[in-house]
Amino acid sequence: MAKLTFVGGIHPYDGKDLSKDRPIADLLPGSELVYPLSQHIGAPAKAIVAKGDRVLMGQKIAESGGFVSAPIYASVSGTVKAIETRRVVTGDLVMSIVVENDGQYEDVGFAPRESTRGMSREEIVNVIKEAGIVGMGGAGFPTHVKLSPREPEKIDYIIANCAECEPYLTSDYRRMLEEPEKLVGGLRIILQLFPNASGILAVEDNKPDCISLLRGIVKDDPKITVKALKTKYPQGGERQLIYAVTGRKINSAMLPADVGCVVNNVDTVVAVYRAVMEGKPLMERIVTVTGDAVAAPQNFRVRIGTSYNELLEAAGGFRGTPEKIICGGPMMGFGMFDLNVPTTKTSTALLALSKDDVSAMEPGPCINCGRCVEVCPGRVIPSRLADYAQRYDEEAFLANHGMECCECGCCSFICPAKRPLTQQIKSMRKIQLAKKKK
Amino acid sequence: MSGLFKVSSNPHIRSRVATNGLMAAVVIALMPAAGFGIYNFGPRALAVYAVTIASTLLTEYFFGLYKKKQTITDMSAVVTGLLLALNLPVTIPLWMAALGGVFAILVVKMLFGGLGQNFMNPALAARCFLLISFPTAMTAFECDAYTGATPLAALKAGEAVNVLDMVIGRTAGTIGETSVFAILAGACILILLGVIDLRIPGSYIATFVLFVGIFGGHGFHPAYLAAHLSGGGLMLGAFFMATDYVTRPITIRGQYVYGIVLGLLTGIFRIFGPGAEGVSYAIILGNLLVPLIEKYTKPAAFGYEKGGKRREK
Repeated sequence: MAKLTFVGGIHPYDGKDLSKDRPIADLLPGSELVYPLSQHIGAPAKAIVAKGDRVLMGQKIAESGGFVSAPIYASVSGTVKAIETRRVVTGDLVMSIVVENDGQYEDVGFAPRESTRGMSREEIVNVIKEAGIVGMGGAGFPTHVKLSPREPEKIDYIIANCAECEPYLTSDYRRMLEEPEKLVGGLRIILQLFPNASGILAVEDNKPDCISLLRGIVKDDPKITVKALKTKYPQGGERQLIYAVTGRKINSAMLPADVGCVVNNVDTVVAVYRAVMEGKPLMERIVTVTGDAVAAPQNFRVRIGTSYNELLEAAGGFRGTPEKIICGGPMMGFGMFDLNVPTTKTSTALLALSKDDVSAMEPGPCINCGRCVEVCPGRVIPSRLADYAQRYDEEAFLANHGMECCECGCCSFICPAKRPLTQQIKSMRKIQLAKKKK
Repeated sequence: MSGLFKVSSNPHIRSRVATNGLMAAVVIALMPAAGFGIYNFGPRALAVYAVTIASTLLTEYFFGLYKKKQTITDMSAVVTGLLLALNLPVTIPLWMAALGGVFAILVVKMLFGGLGQNFMNPALAARCFLLISFPTAMTAFECDAYTGATPLAALKAGEAVNVLDMVIGRTAGTIGETSVFAILAGACILILLGVIDLRIPGSYIATFVLFVGIFGGHGFHPAYLAAHLSGGGLMLGAFFMATDYVTRPITIRGQYVYGIVLGLLTGIFRIFGPGAEGVSYAIILGNLLVPLIEKYTKPAAFGYEKGGKRREK
């Protein structure tokens, strides 16, 4: 049988061996935690505490700023030190709540549930919404919005995205190995919302231990199957994943719900479980700290708001002098210039590399080799789109499906002339998206 | 914290394959054919290689001096020089070989904007330029090793040819085109290294075989087809010239169309044309059709296939 996958994609060095065999370690934060009010796609949250207030762990400190938005919870107990602009990983200044940690970890009292039986759809979605859960794979789209399509009975598949196709990242892998019941439990809760849906745990086949573990757990559940995917980047891209497991295709103008699918990342599904069954809002996540310039690569259970500096220290600091620090994976992460920024709901990894490929390789002229065309999962012609973008030829860019680029980075990775194709296309897309909004 | 971190847009990693590496791979893959050329035609072949490569490199170097931007390290001039030499008869006066190198780099490549901007394969364009300008010298295939016509010319004249000699390469012809064996060995290197694939050579050769079988007047007679396949520049052209990145379509469907077009043109030139050969002209004509082919073979973006309409919101 042909393996489940998509057309295109690349096989970069995956670097997962650095951290994959290290169990998740709990990381207690230092004295200061920073909660940016915008950690998700949509309207920023609104602070509901003031400077000087004492807050408890699990207390809501900012409420949702609209339907597409999410509340934010304190992950420690302590005192609100300031509400001010702070720098975040992208380099932007964002209004943030700063909490002085008192080290007591006094919580508000969480109310666990025995079961979800008898809970209505609205009740469950509301719990998820109130828990502040957003897509934790990196996009940060509020989960309750995803779980509220217009016609829930038309959803056929709930896909748990366990691909983890980004090189170096192992947080989802560790989560699956260490808390598989919570993942399956979360998926069952989501399935309860959709009467006609079946669940799919989609795992890349470079994680055979996870596949057999999960298969063992769901073997008696007729509604959930585990599917092994071919290991290839970007297998975990939403469009690629849906196509691989269902054969259905969506383009940039469509939502997964248009083809009867809902896709959620591993950590998000676990967060749903914790919110519904344990009564805990989103306060922590797993972050991989890795790279050849990190002394002791490791996965950490991190309280959201903890500074990246503390993450690095917990992993033994740098080994040698890193040239590049990346928040997230090497394909889609952000380059960081300062580690003194907080982790958020969407922080998947801190990656420190001793060598930066990008600055080491001088871009040359395009030789039309077509490698970008071969690897592009969006099936467009990246080299030409980059050309149009560079010349600011909007018409040609749009006519040639420039908006279908998912910014996965395969074209820049593979380009023998080392052209920054993704960057050029991405810039043009940003301009076009901003124009649309107006 | 000492020093600064480097910041750039994603992705942050790059593959190790670079332009000059690809060019070097082509040069290595040409070694069997180049080596056989020396064995078959004697040391003068080596002199032709040296002259064309020196000529292409120096032309690019001096143009770089004039433009204040040096590009010879991309190795593409070496590929052009070597390919040109392999497409010349061993008896070519060396000044003509040098002139061809200058034409290939200066006129065909650099004046159009350098690597990646030329719309014709520089080596082939130079060969055709020399063929038109100096037809006698360019078709003088009589040398110490061989007296008499090329096997293709003999075939066209209705004479018998020795296919085994043609496959091995013990025949008259340009320096690098005679040995099918050596060329295929090089092609295997390129395919194994992932530099080229079989889309263009495959559709080119398949179309050509069909065309010759139907219009050649000998039907699908194996020996006749084998002679056509092994003769002339077909193998060198199909694997090393038609696959030139810059001058072939970038679209995947377009590459099949391009191969078919080349197969038809080569067939027409060889069967109905006045000369025995046709590969060089077929490929440079095909080069000119590339923008048109690309226009009609644009890929459907993911999620737009089979009449998928963009859903307006």
